[in-house]
Amino acid sequence: MGRIEAKFADLKRRGRRALIPFVTAGDPDLPTTELLLAELARAGADLIEVGVPFSDPVADGPVIQRASERALRNGVTLSALLGCVAGSRHRLEIPIVLFSYFNPLLQFGLERLASEARTAGVDGILVTDLIPEEASDWEKILQANAIDPIFLVAPTTSDARLKQITGRTRGFIYAISRTGVTGAREEMTGAAEALVRRVRDCTDLPVAVGFGVTTAKHVRDVWRYADAAVVGSAIVQEIERCGSNDQVVRRVGELVRRLLRTEDDGA
Amino acid sequence: MQAADGVNRLVSEPDEFGHWGRYGGRYVPETLVAPLEEMTAEFMRAQGDASFWEEFHELLRDFSGRPTPLFRAHRLTEYAGGAQIFLKREDLSHTGSHKINNAVGQALLARRMGKRRIIAETGAGQHGVATATVCALFGLKCIIYMGAEDVRRQALNVFRMRLLGAEVVTVNAGTRTLKDAINEALRDWVTNVHETYYLLGSALGPHPYPLMVREFQSVIGREAREQILQRTGKLPSALVACVGGGSNAIGLFHPFIADGQVRLIGVEAGGRGELLGQHAARFHAAPGSGGHLEGVLHGTRSYVLQDEGGQIATTHSVSAGLDYAAVGPEHAYLHDNGRAEYLSATDDEALQGLKLCAEREGIIPALESSHAILPALNLAKRLTKNDAIIVNLSGRGDKDVQLIASAEDTTA
Repeated sequence: MGRIEAKFADLKRRGRRALIPFVTAGDPDLPTTELLLAELARAGADLIEVGVPFSDPVADGPVIQRASERALRNGVTLSALLGCVAGSRHRLEIPIVLFSYFNPLLQFGLERLASEARTAGVDGILVTDLIPEEASDWEKILQANAIDPIFLVAPTTSDARLKQITGRTRGFIYAISRTGVTGAREEMTGAAEALVRRVRDCTDLPVAVGFGVTTAKHVRDVWRYADAAVVGSAIVQEIERCGSNDQVVRRVGELVRRLLRTEDDGA
Repeated sequence: MQAADGVNRLVSEPDEFGHWGRYGGRYVPETLVAPLEEMTAEFMRAQGDASFWEEFHELLRDFSGRPTPLFRAHRLTEYAGGAQIFLKREDLSHTGSHKINNAVGQALLARRMGKRRIIAETGAGQHGVATATVCALFGLKCIIYMGAEDVRRQALNVFRMRLLGAEVVTVNAGTRTLKDAINEALRDWVTNVHETYYLLGSALGPHPYPLMVREFQSVIGREAREQILQRTGKLPSALVACVGGGSNAIGLFHPFIADGQVRLIGVEAGGRGELLGQHAARFHAAPGSGGHLEGVLHGTRSYVLQDEGGQIATTHSVSAGLDYAAVGPEHAYLHDNGRAEYLSATDDEALQGLKLCAEREGIIPALESSHAILPALNLAKRLTKNDAIIVNLSGRGDKDVQLIASAEDTTA
């Protein structure tokens, strides 16, 4: 059993839902990312998504775009990113999922990437611009290296496609909460709940909801109907606010603890 | 022409998912799959609908002024001293470039689909102007994304789009050119997907765009083929066209694909040097150029200029319309199977081509189209007067006059 499957099985036994924070690797720099990964786990994260910076992130809103730009200005490469994950692994037991666009992976070499990611301790990879129709080689390569290929579904995804996509995903399904790019929002729409219900009709895999999940209230709301909530831009925004301030690790840890605090709905 | 690998070089059709061999396809966020499938289905229905094409051709004739002439360039022919040179005068189209052909076709499709909000990207502004024009014609809301650098370089076209009632959104992200304008248009589309039609301007992007844009632009090649046969009684020896995304080139080339004796020559922007960042020559294999690499950008798999980490490269060309890191997937396919050849012309060579055409023919071509002129003259020199070459004059140069004037100032 892979780490992701084991994690969700354990959460289910304990009647709990998961929080999945997202950070862009190399923002503000890779040594800080390594500290952040450890702090996210200490603060109660159940899985962590690590963003691979890309020059043309079409699925991302301004906050994560800027994080990518900062990371690329720092010269972050995929090799260095995997080194950072490997360096964190001895302190971390929770699953780590890479969140990437396809081109940096393609250029690195898919076979090489899968094998080095496995060695570094990556458990799943989610490629935001790779749909199952284009991913048959990709799936084989990941599975040969015991890494879960995680596909996304969106409110616009038809029922027929949901069946096909959920049948090819391992680990968990990533449900996009609304039509749009990543980014913090005041309100969540009802589209996510309707989508998760449709996903449940196709599969028993755990479902994570992301895009726009910003506050503790949103997290609680997502947990009513899904197995996990992904919080990205709200965390990246906190990192941006801190700049190179040495308080960044503590502040991000506090944010995650606030997101998890059940009695506090004030975000 | 059947190569040893079994590839028939005299056809160039994608599979049902828009793949030309290993290139093309759909590399998009999941949210966009449904609208792309809907668009593909509607395009396929339209393709089989005679009334759709009737309206398309009627608009191209009465609104855009087609057919465009095939002009025998006597003095350029004399200058080269070899093959006869013909210019396909897309510059005489309404709005000043071939872009109107695709804009009319896709606007008709958007109308069939009941979409009333049109978004588009633009580099040089030619596609933006064409889109703003057809939106005015059909009474559709129009939003054009344009990189800040291009807004600066092409102020006249920005003004034209606004005159036509379009909203022009300046994109300040990334390199502030065409690629960033496409990023922003895609983000708009993913957000407003239900009511919006994305009218993409070149033969790139996810399926069905490369196929659909080619079909609308193939009117160029069909006319040219008929015109040259009428004029010379035989097929030309070569076609020469500039290649940014590659829509004017594929539009001219495609109706000649099966004519194996006709050379198809695409000209990329060589910019001001061979190093990565100095050019937009995706097929160029020089070390350090970042060229000749496969990649995925804006929904399609093709040749993409990038660094060793797979980050999309900055590009440079004097012409905004060629200043782009990827090339349409059908060109990648035609490059690999050898049916088409791809050269590059530098900024300086493009300016020389522009001047020659202006001084010897009384035609000021767009800087984009000007890239095709010197390579065509060089080829003509090596051929005889029994040969003919067609150069696609894809747009007119009015928009570039100010830029040329300032380029002359700095070199004078």
